[in-house]
Amino acid sequence: MVKYLSKRVFYLVLTLFIVTTITFFMMKLMPGTPLTNQEKLSPSEIHTIYQQYGLDKPVWQQYLNYLGGAVTGNFGTSFQFSDQPVSYLIFSRIGASLQLGIQAMIIGVLAGIVVGAIGAIKRNTWVDTTTTIISILGVSVPSFVLAVLLQNWFGLQLRWFPIAEWGGINYTVLPTLALAALPFAETARFMRTEMIDVLNSDYIELAKAKGLHQTGIIYHHALRNSLIPIITIVGPLAVNIMTGSMVVENIFSIPGIGEQFVKSILTNDYPTIMGLTIMYSFMLCVVLLLTDIVYGIIDPRIRITGKKD
Amino acid sequence: MENQNDILEVRDLKVNFDTYAGEVKAIRDVSFDLKKGETLAIVGESGSGKTVTTRTIMGLMANNAKIAGGSIKYKDKELLKMSDKELSGLRGNDIAEIFQDPMTSLDPTMKIGRQVAEPLMIHQGLDKKTAMDKALKMLKLVGITNAEARINDFPHQFSGGMRQRIVIAIALVNNPEIIIADEPTTALDVTIQAKILDLMNELKTKIDTSIIFITHDLGVVAGMADRVAVMYAGKIVEYGTVDEIFYNPKHPYTWGLLNSMPTISTKGNSLPSIPGTPPDLLDPPKGDAFAPRNPYVLKIDTLEQPPFFKVSNTHYAATWLLDKRAPKVTPPAQIVERQKTYAKLKGVSLEQVQNGGE
Repeated sequence: MVKYLSKRVFYLVLTLFIVTTITFFMMKLMPGTPLTNQEKLSPSEIHTIYQQYGLDKPVWQQYLNYLGGAVTGNFGTSFQFSDQPVSYLIFSRIGASLQLGIQAMIIGVLAGIVVGAIGAIKRNTWVDTTTTIISILGVSVPSFVLAVLLQNWFGLQLRWFPIAEWGGINYTVLPTLALAALPFAETARFMRTEMIDVLNSDYIELAKAKGLHQTGIIYHHALRNSLIPIITIVGPLAVNIMTGSMVVENIFSIPGIGEQFVKSILTNDYPTIMGLTIMYSFMLCVVLLLTDIVYGIIDPRIRITGKKD
Repeated sequence: MENQNDILEVRDLKVNFDTYAGEVKAIRDVSFDLKKGETLAIVGESGSGKTVTTRTIMGLMANNAKIAGGSIKYKDKELLKMSDKELSGLRGNDIAEIFQDPMTSLDPTMKIGRQVAEPLMIHQGLDKKTAMDKALKMLKLVGITNAEARINDFPHQFSGGMRQRIVIAIALVNNPEIIIADEPTTALDVTIQAKILDLMNELKTKIDTSIIFITHDLGVVAGMADRVAVMYAGKIVEYGTVDEIFYNPKHPYTWGLLNSMPTISTKGNSLPSIPGTPPDLLDPPKGDAFAPRNPYVLKIDTLEQPPFFKVSNTHYAATWLLDKRAPKVTPPAQIVERQKTYAKLKGVSLEQVQNGGE
């Protein structure tokens, strides 16, 4: 287990390095400079600012400087909010994003499992058709459309929840729902297919031949076996939530890193872009590592023992 | 029950399947008895309705299956009229099943001890510890070595043969009255097959139980069964004791089956087979379903279903060849050889064996 984990941590670092490198050079290829919108500055003033931030050096040297700083934990200071270190910027805003993302993930996946399982058990009935239609809608309606619709229905018309701003659980309901739609729909679709497969398998037939009732069969045999493959889609779903959050946070004006990310790209705030990219990649790698570990715990066939059977 | 010794009586069972193409008549008037403590083998080629028959007994038919008539009586209780709840009370307790493929019939995420203990917990209401103790005993009985340590292992940690022993343990753990073994050795390789069959024979004497043994392998039947029923196209065409079916078969289909079974004395380059394919059960033929493939076909075979003709008290065959008016035919050479062996065994003449039919 220790050997396995240290191998995975090494890969995590390697992944982050590759992501950092690619992002850095692609970012430099983006049109515009951090001072694009500052038409009033004279060329000499621009040059002074460039010198101050090291932007006058060749790109490869900037890259090495950045790497050197990043390794020692110095991610630079933001161009937008001068004097604010990027690390401080991220950590002061990540709480809101994490809360939204985790809420959306838990609600989406759990609801998806329940709805998908019901669809499979009641296969080819109106219940199944209804759940299938809902999950197709969930996959096909983009989160930004859903976000606006939710604001309209529950915010403007029914006035149940605030439309924007941040502060208290009330404010999280609509953005969470907007973010949870896709994980919910994907999980429901996947769960339904898996469960139907499992319910047709020989060991379920054997469970019936043992005299188990339907509830016993589903609870003791079908659920666990259908849930195993669900873990594999949790990683990609986390990516969806992260990208979705950039848009949804903007729509609901939530002070999270998603909103920050969009702003920093629009203003060519290089250190913030880099810092957030590394942050996102790190979170994704951790999610993938966790899913692999959980997979091993739930499925005895791939239990991580560090030695061969 | 017509007979005190019978534990299961199947009468005129008809099962149809609704398909897009129409109604497939998979089981057409199947009747048989299972006596207490005996092993009845049901043989026949794929699609002859062996498995559908046993699924119907277990009450575990496919969704599109429909029982069109008949009765299945277990100890004077009509199974076809039972609710699903009553049936699941019987399943795994009175009637248990050994499945075909041990690689897929165990739950991959449940420890094997728990899987064996489950029927005890369902039907006898035992607590987990007592059930696990009993499961351990059962695992030892079916020959799992080092069972104490392996009770907490998962199915993937066992070989195919060992898994089939576990499947057998699951079926036997509640001492069922009837065990349905649906091709229990087909998915195993030959050496393991022999071991599993030995185990089943050994257990049969230890646990007093009746077995319905489904197979398409006649070689397996000889060592296992007391009686044999031969199925073709959803009907039983001949039944009798093992000796009667093996040494003095009367139905041309049984002749074909026995001929296509390799024996020590089989010579030549190719194994004989029955030409042609079974009939389409969407639209079963009017007469004998085997007629188009039957080298001894009579005109009446294509016009009318043959009834069962009595050969002996235990031996019946549904072929017009046994009718008094039918021309006398000589069975294939290998069958005559079998009849000669049988005549010697019984101390009668070959003619007496061949003319056994009434």
